[in-house]
Amino acid sequence: MASRIEILNDGGFRSDGRRQYELRDLAIDLSQQASADGAATITHGLTQVMVSVFGPREAKMRSQTMHDRANINVEVSVAAFSTGERRKRNRGDKRILELAATIKSTFEPVIQTSLYPRSQIDIFVQVLEQDGGLLQACINGTTLALANAGIPLIDFVCAVTGGVHLTAPMLDLTLIEENDVPHVSVAVLPKTGKVTLVTMETRLHVERFEEIFRLAGQAGKVIHAEFKRALRDRTTTLVGAMGAGPRISAEEEMEY
Amino acid sequence: MRPPSPSIPEKEFLFSSLKQSLRLDGRLPLEQRTPQLTFGSDLGYVECGLGKTRVLAQVEARMVKPTPERPFEGIVTIHSEISPMASPEYETLGRASEEEVIITRMLDKVLRRSDVLDKESLCIIAGQRVWHLRLTIHCLADAGNMLDCACLAGIVALKHFRRPDVEVTGEEVTVHPASERAPIPLAMNHTPFCFTFAFFPDLETAPVLDPNQLEQRLSAGLMSVALNAQKELCVVQKFGGVPLAMDEILRLIDVAVERAKELNKLVEGRLQEDWKTRGRNVELI
Repeated sequence: MASRIEILNDGGFRSDGRRQYELRDLAIDLSQQASADGAATITHGLTQVMVSVFGPREAKMRSQTMHDRANINVEVSVAAFSTGERRKRNRGDKRILELAATIKSTFEPVIQTSLYPRSQIDIFVQVLEQDGGLLQACINGTTLALANAGIPLIDFVCAVTGGVHLTAPMLDLTLIEENDVPHVSVAVLPKTGKVTLVTMETRLHVERFEEIFRLAGQAGKVIHAEFKRALRDRTTTLVGAMGAGPRISAEEEMEY
Repeated sequence: MRPPSPSIPEKEFLFSSLKQSLRLDGRLPLEQRTPQLTFGSDLGYVECGLGKTRVLAQVEARMVKPTPERPFEGIVTIHSEISPMASPEYETLGRASEEEVIITRMLDKVLRRSDVLDKESLCIIAGQRVWHLRLTIHCLADAGNMLDCACLAGIVALKHFRRPDVEVTGEEVTVHPASERAPIPLAMNHTPFCFTFAFFPDLETAPVLDPNQLEQRLSAGLMSVALNAQKELCVVQKFGGVPLAMDEILRLIDVAVERAKELNKLVEGRLQEDWKTRGRNVELI
C-alpha cells in the first residue's frame, strides 16, 4: 500500500506538501499541568507528546537513591487512540521500555544530577498522537519540560528525524514516509554541536548516512531557536503576571 | 545480587592505562577479540566466543500455518535467554533490566528487521503452510560485549542452518529427510555484523572497540553499529552517554566498515572449513 504514495514528486514536494528540508509545524505549550513541577506539550505536525516532570524530590523507593547524584526515572505511556489502528500497549512492551531507556540515558549526562544527591527526578511521557518522529517528539518534549521545571541542564537536547528517499535527503518524516524510507534520528547539543543520540533501524549506505546525519545536525539548530523563543515567551508571561498583581505603591507603604 | 562496582584503584588504573592507549588484555584501542566459532553436529548450532564471552545460537525450522495478514511469508522468531548464568548482573525475576531490553531489541533489529532473511522464500503453500524459523540465543558467559557476540552467533547460525527440502504436489507436501535430498540453505539478503564501541568520561581517552567487562562497566556510553561487508549500515545506535562530535562518529563508522570486511572473510572461511568436514561424513553414510 505504502509504495503507491509518492514520497517525493517531480516538483520536489512531499506527500503532505512540504519541501525536502522543510520541518513540520512545531507548537510548544508550556502551561502548568496539575501538580507537575514542569510540563510541556509539544506538537510536531500530527505527533503530539505531553511530558510532566516531578522533582527533584525524595525517592519513593529507598533503594533507588544514590548518594552522589539524583536518580532519573522515566515512564512512557502510549495512548491507545494515538495510532490509526487502535491498540493497547501495556507498559511491559519491549518497544516502550526501550523508548524509556533511551530517554533516560539521553538525559542522564545532560541533567546536572550531581547537584541533587539522594533525590529523584521523575519524567512521565504521555504519547497522545503518533504520526512519525515519536522519539524526536519525546526528547524535545522532555527537554522543554525539564527546562520549565527549572532543573539545571548543561545544554538543550534537540532531536530531529531525517530520511533518504532514493538519493534525496528529507527532514522530519511523517508516519507514511517513515514506513517507506530509511530514517535516522539524531539528537544534538546545539551549543557544542555534539551528538548525544543517533538511532537508525533500516538499511542505508554509509555515504548516504553521512549526508543525512550532517543535515539532521543542522536542523537541530533550527529547533533550538524555537525552543529558546518558546521558553523566553513563557518566562515573559510569568514575569508579567508577577508584576500585574495588586501591589502596594511606595507611598502607601510609607503610611503603614 | 548485583556484584559491587569496580573499586577506585581499579577504575583509576584502567583510565590511566587507556589514556596511554593500553588495554588490560594487550589489545589496541580499535582491535577486536578474535571470534571463536564452534559448530555443533546439528546444522544451525553455533557457539561463538569473544574472549571469555560465550553465546550459543541454535536454529530450528517447523511447518506452521501463516498469519492471515501475511499469507506468503514465513515466520522468524528470536528467543534470547539471558539468565544469571551469564553474569550475576542479570536477574531472573521481575522486569527485565534496561541492558537486557536493549540487547533483546538490538538482536531483533539486526537479525529480523534489517531484512536478513527473505521471508517469502520460506513459503511452502500460500496461506496454508510456511516455515517457522526459531532462533534461540543462550548467553552462557558475559565477559563484556555480549551484544556483538550474540549477533555474530545468531547470524552465523542462520548461515550454517539448512532446512529440509520439500516437494509440493497439489495440496500434498512431502518433506525429504537429509539422507534423501541435500537440505537447502536459507535465502539471505545480506550478513550484518554488530560492533560496539565504548567511550570514557575523559574526552582525551580514545574510544575502544569490543569492550571487555571492566571497560564496559566503567564506560560512559556505548555506540553499536551493525553493518554488512557491502558498506550498508543496518542499525546505528547510540543512546545518550558522552556527547560526541559528528566527525568522531563518522570516523568510528569507517572503522566498523573495515572490521566488517575482515569479519565477513573470517566467517566465510570458518563456514567453508566446517562444510568440508561435513561433506566427507555425508559420503561415508
